[in-house]
Amino acid sequence: MYVAAAGLALIAVAVAWPVPQALTRARWPARHPAVALALWQSIALTGALSMIGSLLCLGFAPSTTLPDGIERLSEHLGRGPLPPEFGVIHLSALGFASGLTAHLAATVAITVLRTERERRRQHRDIQLLGNPLPGTLRTWVLAHPTPLAYCLPGLRTRTVLTAGLIEALSEEELRAVLEHERAHLDQFHHLVLLSFRAWRLALPWFPMAQRAERAVALLTEMLADDRARVIVGAKPLQTALRTVGDAGDLGVMDSGITDPDAIARRLQRLEYPAQATLER
Amino acid sequence: MHNLGELERAIMDTLWSSDQALSANEVRDRLPSRDNATTTVLTVLSRLEKKGFVARDRGVRPHRYRAKLSRPEHTAALMHQVLSHEHDRDAALARFVGTVGDDGARALRRILNDLRKAKD
Repeated sequence: MYVAAAGLALIAVAVAWPVPQALTRARWPARHPAVALALWQSIALTGALSMIGSLLCLGFAPSTTLPDGIERLSEHLGRGPLPPEFGVIHLSALGFASGLTAHLAATVAITVLRTERERRRQHRDIQLLGNPLPGTLRTWVLAHPTPLAYCLPGLRTRTVLTAGLIEALSEEELRAVLEHERAHLDQFHHLVLLSFRAWRLALPWFPMAQRAERAVALLTEMLADDRARVIVGAKPLQTALRTVGDAGDLGVMDSGITDPDAIARRLQRLEYPAQATLER
Repeated sequence: MHNLGELERAIMDTLWSSDQALSANEVRDRLPSRDNATTTVLTVLSRLEKKGFVARDRGVRPHRYRAKLSRPEHTAALMHQVLSHEHDRDAALARFVGTVGDDGARALRRILNDLRKAKD
């Protein structure tokens, strides 16, 4: 059990630092965003499970197996003294494990609820303030001069454009933006972003969580770019991106304002032909 | 009216296009569709009040309602929320300005001015 605890701790440390570090520096994610996105998700999941698992193994180390340990401890829990072989270290490890699990679960729940509330409010405001764009499905226009596009996930999804964006872009560029936002909605990017946001909020002292969230946000943008490029071609998407940024999935990542660096990286990869995996 | 959302929308449009505060009956009479009961209109008005779209003058009988902000002001406030960051508002705005260039910066200043006016 001590060996298992040490092994899991080693995995936890690896996915907490060197692995994500290498992944943020790597160049291939820009070519294979879907693979990189899956990898980030497994890193996050592995990190949480190995950390909790390591603590559990340490806590139950006085027994030979995990079920055995749970049985022995639960027999004594609530009635009288704990088995003598469970020391302070074991009990605090178990305490940490349950505390961490509760903390992660609570943060995810709170993040989901908050996001859902914000999203509902946004939908309502758009319905009161915007106008449906004729000839499109679930696209709404806000009378505002700032060029901007974003999408609102939900039971009934909406893509929101500003009048300023329609004025700033050609019809083809506008189509590229719409396809990009639609890809976000179709591929449920808001759920991926939501989980990484919850991860970051649960571990605010952990710099890698923040980096993971940014990396994942950029990857979802690239995936949406790829969809738009397959449908309308890279040119209109590039010019549209140069003219305006986009705000990603609203209510999922604090409106996810794209930074200039991310825009530059997206533009750069659009210079090269789409990967074979996308054409299939 | 097909649903509550559309009725909310029609009522807001009515209030936005009126120069003065209206009673629930006056709102009902100005709606494009005539088959709404005053009680329904009252319910929707208090919903809209709770959501911060409508202000109610309780000093008179019957109560009179008006839009809290003009439509452009409300749109500006919504845009501000979209563009702002939960934790570091200013940093996000600065990043956005950097992204969209001079036109964006000018537009952003306009939003902030609108907001300032709306608050006064």
